[in-house]
Amino acid sequence: MNLLRAERIKLFSTRAPWWCALIAVAAPIAFTALFLGLSGAEITADVSNTQLATSTGRTVAMVLAVLAATADFSWGTLRLTFQAVPTRAPVLLAKGAVVFATCALLGLIAGLGSWGMGHLVRPDTDLGLHSGADWRIVFGQVATFGLTGLLGVGVGLLLRSSALALSIVLVWTQLVEGLIILIPRIGTDLYQWMPFYAASQFAGGDFTRTALKLSPPFGPWGYLGYFAAISIALFAAGVLTANRRDA
Amino acid sequence: MLEATGLTKTYGDTVAVRDLTFTAEAGRVTGFLGPNGAGKSTTMRLLLGLDAPTAGTAHIEGKPYRQLSDPLRTVGALLDATWRHPGRTARQHLRFLAATNGLPDKRADEVLELVGLASVAGKRAGTFSLGMLQRLGIATALLGDPRVLLFDEPVNGLDPEGVHWVRQLLHGLAAEGRTVFVSSHLLPEMEQTAQDLVVIGRGALIYQGTMADFVARAGSRGVRVRTPHTGALRKALAERHATFTEDGETFIVSDVDSEAIGELAFAAGATLHELSPVAGSLEHAYLELTGQAGEFVSGGAR
Repeated sequence: MNLLRAERIKLFSTRAPWWCALIAVAAPIAFTALFLGLSGAEITADVSNTQLATSTGRTVAMVLAVLAATADFSWGTLRLTFQAVPTRAPVLLAKGAVVFATCALLGLIAGLGSWGMGHLVRPDTDLGLHSGADWRIVFGQVATFGLTGLLGVGVGLLLRSSALALSIVLVWTQLVEGLIILIPRIGTDLYQWMPFYAASQFAGGDFTRTALKLSPPFGPWGYLGYFAAISIALFAAGVLTANRRDA
Repeated sequence: MLEATGLTKTYGDTVAVRDLTFTAEAGRVTGFLGPNGAGKSTTMRLLLGLDAPTAGTAHIEGKPYRQLSDPLRTVGALLDATWRHPGRTARQHLRFLAATNGLPDKRADEVLELVGLASVAGKRAGTFSLGMLQRLGIATALLGDPRVLLFDEPVNGLDPEGVHWVRQLLHGLAAEGRTVFVSSHLLPEMEQTAQDLVVIGRGALIYQGTMADFVARAGSRGVRVRTPHTGALRKALAERHATFTEDGETFIVSDVDSEAIGELAFAAGATLHELSPVAGSLEHAYLELTGQAGEFVSGGAR
């Protein structure tokens, strides 16, 4: 409990996480307002289409998670923390738990907020959560955001430098996953194994799934398991490395 | 009580610390000296379990650091005053550390009061001067009211008032029976602060013992004599076959003690304005003993 409290104080006593949290939530909600509000009748306002920009919010939540780890390295506060907790692993697990919970909460607000915004700008349409899939698309953000947080902490612990870690995760999410499709023959097959594509198959709206007419290897829950495995593996690798390395 | 036994740390082919064995006793201030690059900071990191030693052990109050539970209550350390997030306030910085070891929030304000930072407790550490960061670092070390304290260059960046304050603080902590282990490259300052010394060069131990013994090793630096009757004194010293140097009215005599010089001058009719033994200093002793041990020895004459 002490360590969870320490990591919570650490995370929320600097400005960057607050800004990230605000943008992670505001960007998808604002996008939904503009997209559904300004588009005409050619875009159907369904539950899935209220969640189109949550992946952007999820990326910002990942920035928060990466910074939670790398800022601790670059300002030397992780060394102070290791002095206070020389067994190290408990403190890193506490960091993972605090960031997971924070990002999960952001996922809840982003998902629910975007869905609520859909109601506001298209009051005439039916956006009720009628099926399990509707519930999953909105509330599943809790799981995908939370796991993205773990992944971000893992990458931050592995790479230690804010600039390096942020460049890599941003280039990956914004460019690499999308460009994979362009590889001749194997591109589209490979694309279906990309981690953040996987996350979007569980929760949130996704254009590419319908546009590319893919036959995915997993169902939504299978994709959640796949994404969880990748996130937990990266987090575990980060913890093990930071635990062993000279601080 | 702090004990290092056969402590060794290598990075690839570079040996940072070689077979280092020393102790720092409770109730005393132990100075830790060595030229730049001698391995002082590496040693501190090994003592605190931040780096893993290649060989050897370090024990604090009889246990390896990594086996201490809530170590801030046993050992407080200031290794680098810049270890803080510039966007976090002084109070929050101390609170998160206090929380890790189950120390109450109010302890943060107590130590800030103790180091004279109470008025800036709510200011971001990014706005602090180096001197204020040193005080914050010292507050961090004192957080758990520990029995053992390690300070790496605690007076760096402090003004004379601050330097005086640190000296009093270290003396006070040792007088309360705590172990105080402090490195500094300000030798005159160290001479006034430490009772015991550990001196290393190129990662190996050069000296461990009391400050007094260390200074005595460098030997006497002679006797300074000042007289308006330079001719008479010069003649008397020459007749005695004494070794001396002369600069205006001042003589430095290296192989005759002050009693003998006084009698000599009296017999020669030379009035003395000054007759004082030149004591060996920590600086002299240090330069003599570490002269060969510096990692980056300058080419010119000292």
